[in-house]
Amino acid sequence: MSLVDTLGLSPFEVEALALTLRTAILAVALTLPLAVLVGWLLARRRFFGHGFLNAVVHLPLVLPPVVVGYLLLVLLGRNGPIGAPLEDMFGLRLVFSTAGVIVACAVVGFPLFVRAVRQAAEATDDRLEQVARSLGSGDLRVFATVTLPLMAPGVLAGATLAFARAVGEFGATITFAANIPGVTQTLPLALYTVIQSPGGEAAARRLCVLSILLAAAALALSEWLARRGARNARR
Amino acid sequence: MIGGDATLELRVKKTVGAFNLDLDVAAPLGAAVGLVGHSGSGKSTLLACIAGHLRPDAGRIALAGRVLFDSERRIEVRPAQRHVGLVFQEALLFPHMSVRANLLYGARGCDARLIAHVVDVLGLSTLLQRRTGALSGGERQRIALGRALLARPQLLLLDEPLASLDAARRDAALQLLADLAESAGMSMVYVSHAPNEVARLTKQIIRLAGGRILAPAECSEHLASA
Repeated sequence: MSLVDTLGLSPFEVEALALTLRTAILAVALTLPLAVLVGWLLARRRFFGHGFLNAVVHLPLVLPPVVVGYLLLVLLGRNGPIGAPLEDMFGLRLVFSTAGVIVACAVVGFPLFVRAVRQAAEATDDRLEQVARSLGSGDLRVFATVTLPLMAPGVLAGATLAFARAVGEFGATITFAANIPGVTQTLPLALYTVIQSPGGEAAARRLCVLSILLAAAALALSEWLARRGARNARR
Repeated sequence: MIGGDATLELRVKKTVGAFNLDLDVAAPLGAAVGLVGHSGSGKSTLLACIAGHLRPDAGRIALAGRVLFDSERRIEVRPAQRHVGLVFQEALLFPHMSVRANLLYGARGCDARLIAHVVDVLGLSTLLQRRTGALSGGERQRIALGRALLARPQLLLLDEPLASLDAARRDAALQLLADLAESAGMSMVYVSHAPNEVARLTKQIIRLAGGRILAPAECSEHLASA
């Protein structure tokens, strides 16, 4: 891994990088179906509770991440109303675990994901779907062959944004999953840790550069996908 | 296709905002029916009701005796099962598919000879491998027409399908539609705000104004003022 050599990363830092990438990718992959469904519903359907769903989805975007982390702790903690049955039935413990990092990343990235999907669904001409139905296609085939391909650049842009947000996630993670090296210590948490320790300036600089590179790459990719999506919609 | 009850039965009440569509008419099938009126007269609303993309508040829509919608009997056939084709003013090709994929989208189980015939008549053979992005307006509209025809609808709804074509292209396309209506016994509802265009295609013309059908006496007045 040439980037590792160029930056002169220590095993501790490589571990944090690997954990960050793994949790962020899993958080995005696990929320993808739900984000597509919710974004499409918000754009295309009017139903009882539309405003409420919209508000709930957007809450993690405006709440302080520490509050999100605390709420996760209350709900998904070992004695929480969701956390207790999860542990009893499936032996799944989210607090202070890598799974908890994924949950925190998924929750804070979800609003960005849904917004991008929603915008893509709104930009898609619904008469294309009407034409597809008039050609004999049922709702599922229309969604799979027309709606989803046309929304795809928006979905990818949303996934990239959510990924970037997950890579930078700090407050909810440290509150809900804590700061355990190799288990929950992602890049931002590792950076925070080395800043706190004496003589950690060099490591801090390396982690800082790494974070900037990751974020910039994700942002550039997201912009490119969004522009491509806009071009598709105009054609 | 043309059964004993070979009519398109339209009894439709629909309120959209301040606009009221309220009509009751039976048009004979097996040829083209013209639907003429100014913009805002309810033409597109009526087409959306026939295609099933808009639910009438009340009424009954039947195609050669096959009920597509009946508010009293609570019948509402899904758009995909209506066998009602739809061509809009803009071609609305699927932008992520090739011309061929567009044409064949609704052509499942379609006879290869029919495909070849439609491709030939519409002059599409050189376009099949192309993407839809770089086509002219006329090419796009011909593909949209072919796509609708290959789904073999019982009724084809054409909402100002030739408005984006130049005069020469429009004449050629009108001729093609007239031939299709006659040779294939293909039923169509042809919508236009230009009475002359519709008159070239059919003598059966329904005139709409303000969501209502104009009686023949009113028509001449309405056309004169148009």
